[in-house]
Amino acid sequence: MTASLPSSPWAGRLRGLGAALFSLAATLLGLLFVTFIIGRVVPIDPVLAIVGERATEAQIAATRTALGLDQPLWQQFLIFVGNALQGDLGTSIRTGEPVLQAVSRAFPATLELATLATIIGVLAGVPAGVLAATRPGSLADHIVRLVGLMGYSMPVFWLGLIGLLLFYGVLGWVGGPGRLDAAFDMMYEFEVTPVSGMILIDTALAGRWDMFVNAISHLILPAGLLGYVSMAYISRMTRSFMMNELGQEYITTARVKGMPEWRVIWVHAMRNVLVPLITVIALSYAYLLEGSVLTETIFAWPGLGSYITDALMVNDMPAVLGGTVVVGVAFVLLNLLSDLLYRLVDPRAR
Amino acid sequence: MAIIAWLRDPNPASRRQARLGQAYLGWLRLRRNPLAMAGLVIIGLLLVLAAFAPWLAPHDPIAQNLQNRLMPPGTPGHLLGTDDFGRDILTRILYGARITLSVIALVAVTAPLLGLIIGTVSGYFGGWVDGVLMRITDIFLAFPRLILALALVAVLGPGIENAVLAIALTAWPPYARVARAETLTVRNSDYIAAVRLQGAGSVRVIWGHIMPMCLPSVIIRVTLDMAGVILIAAGLGFLGLGAQPPLSEWGLMISAGRKYLFEQWWVATMPGLAIFIVSLGFNLLGDGLRDVLDPRSAGK
Repeated sequence: MTASLPSSPWAGRLRGLGAALFSLAATLLGLLFVTFIIGRVVPIDPVLAIVGERATEAQIAATRTALGLDQPLWQQFLIFVGNALQGDLGTSIRTGEPVLQAVSRAFPATLELATLATIIGVLAGVPAGVLAATRPGSLADHIVRLVGLMGYSMPVFWLGLIGLLLFYGVLGWVGGPGRLDAAFDMMYEFEVTPVSGMILIDTALAGRWDMFVNAISHLILPAGLLGYVSMAYISRMTRSFMMNELGQEYITTARVKGMPEWRVIWVHAMRNVLVPLITVIALSYAYLLEGSVLTETIFAWPGLGSYITDALMVNDMPAVLGGTVVVGVAFVLLNLLSDLLYRLVDPRAR
Repeated sequence: MAIIAWLRDPNPASRRQARLGQAYLGWLRLRRNPLAMAGLVIIGLLLVLAAFAPWLAPHDPIAQNLQNRLMPPGTPGHLLGTDDFGRDILTRILYGARITLSVIALVAVTAPLLGLIIGTVSGYFGGWVDGVLMRITDIFLAFPRLILALALVAVLGPGIENAVLAIALTAWPPYARVARAETLTVRNSDYIAAVRLQGAGSVRVIWGHIMPMCLPSVIIRVTLDMAGVILIAAGLGFLGLGAQPPLSEWGLMISAGRKYLFEQWWVATMPGLAIFIVSLGFNLLGDGLRDVLDPRSAGK
């Protein structure tokens, strides 16, 4: 790649970082641009939505100026970007609350759900993928493949409904919709100091284990369902990466030396599987942030997805677009993170 | 049979014979994969059921009959039960197959075409054109698909046409990537140089000589993506942003049945099963096709 004479390894790394940062900035700018365009072609007049229909001409004109809507489009875009960089994503029409404030309140709930789901997905998906890869063509391989394909094919909102019906309605094993039982909801509000916004962490910090257990009973079903979807993806990728590694010569060498098979697989091969697998896990994490949109609607989970869909229903465009920008940024940052981790783990990429 | 011998001829006399022979060998390999064949059967069945829905369906999909509302599955005349307006669920699912199929067909035509054009132009011209187009592609890839589709439908207004448009606008980037990669491999071939020496313009070279080369990989990708398209369309329908009542779109049917989930479970369950089976069919077939057509996995 670099034909230049031996320079310090740091120079190459810095160049790589510079390129990554530039592409990050360009992508984020593009993200804002697309959102801006979407927001500008809306058939709803943002001025009327704010001042109401009985406003006078003068009020309308004043608001229009205040919003910067009398400026040319490119200047409006600059204002939009400037505001976004300062953390101003607009004001929700429905609640009159700054979008960023509402979004940052909703984000921890989504993050908690997606994190737990990813943990479940990794814990189930990696061993399943390894099992399938070590016995290709066996019954176990076919089952892992079929279970994975089913996860790909399942409408997640429908799976959520069926899960609720079965585990909450019929069996009564888990808590229903929401993050806590109604009885705990008020108590949580008054007795637990929100440190992280994630209910499991906050109740544990406050030493309220009764609430903690209740929160788990509400979290386990949506997290389990999303975890299944992410397991489908992770097990499939693990299988194909592992198959690829097991065909390499260093594996044969290790086996010929008489190394126990578990060590060959979990230590020698796994080290190399881990490199691409990190990207896969980061990607699936990013998709869970998105996949939670429908799941949150089903489980009345007060996260980002619920915020966006609720805003959609009442045509609250600033809230929808602000939420979209936040999810987009999280998506881009996760991709960047996986890229950086990749460089860290794989010496060749340095 | 003569035709099979012709297909298996190790010394094909023409290009067409060689290509058809390859396709035949691929088919033989696909036929050995029971899961892929199951997928093919499901999709075939879906096509037949959708095509003959008016003749197969026992009832009218829209006419309401409030005396028969929320009948459980197995009620005489209503195999899968009835919904809250007394409409036969089986009938509505059969008609819903037509909606799902038309959404798939529309997306499968528009999104790959857009991706093909952007990818081939980007790969053929290179330089700043490539830089700009690929950056745009990256930006669209950076958006979570469902959320972008949601925002687009919010702007365009709910409805099945707008849902298709939104899905297509979010689905093209992967095709552009694939088409660009293929274009880069053929761009400097002698046959392209020959066409250009004969005086063909860029449009002609791209449309007539590069795009056909990109088609096979794009088509595989389309098959693999169809299950995702079905799920997103159903998700939009479920949120009330896709098809509008009284259309019997499957996602919409689930959302209507949500109110009765705990007492009349079948109203929401049945259309979900339909979505699941159909998208499983596409996934099974796509998976098998990839095994057959991807040279890297062919030996295994």
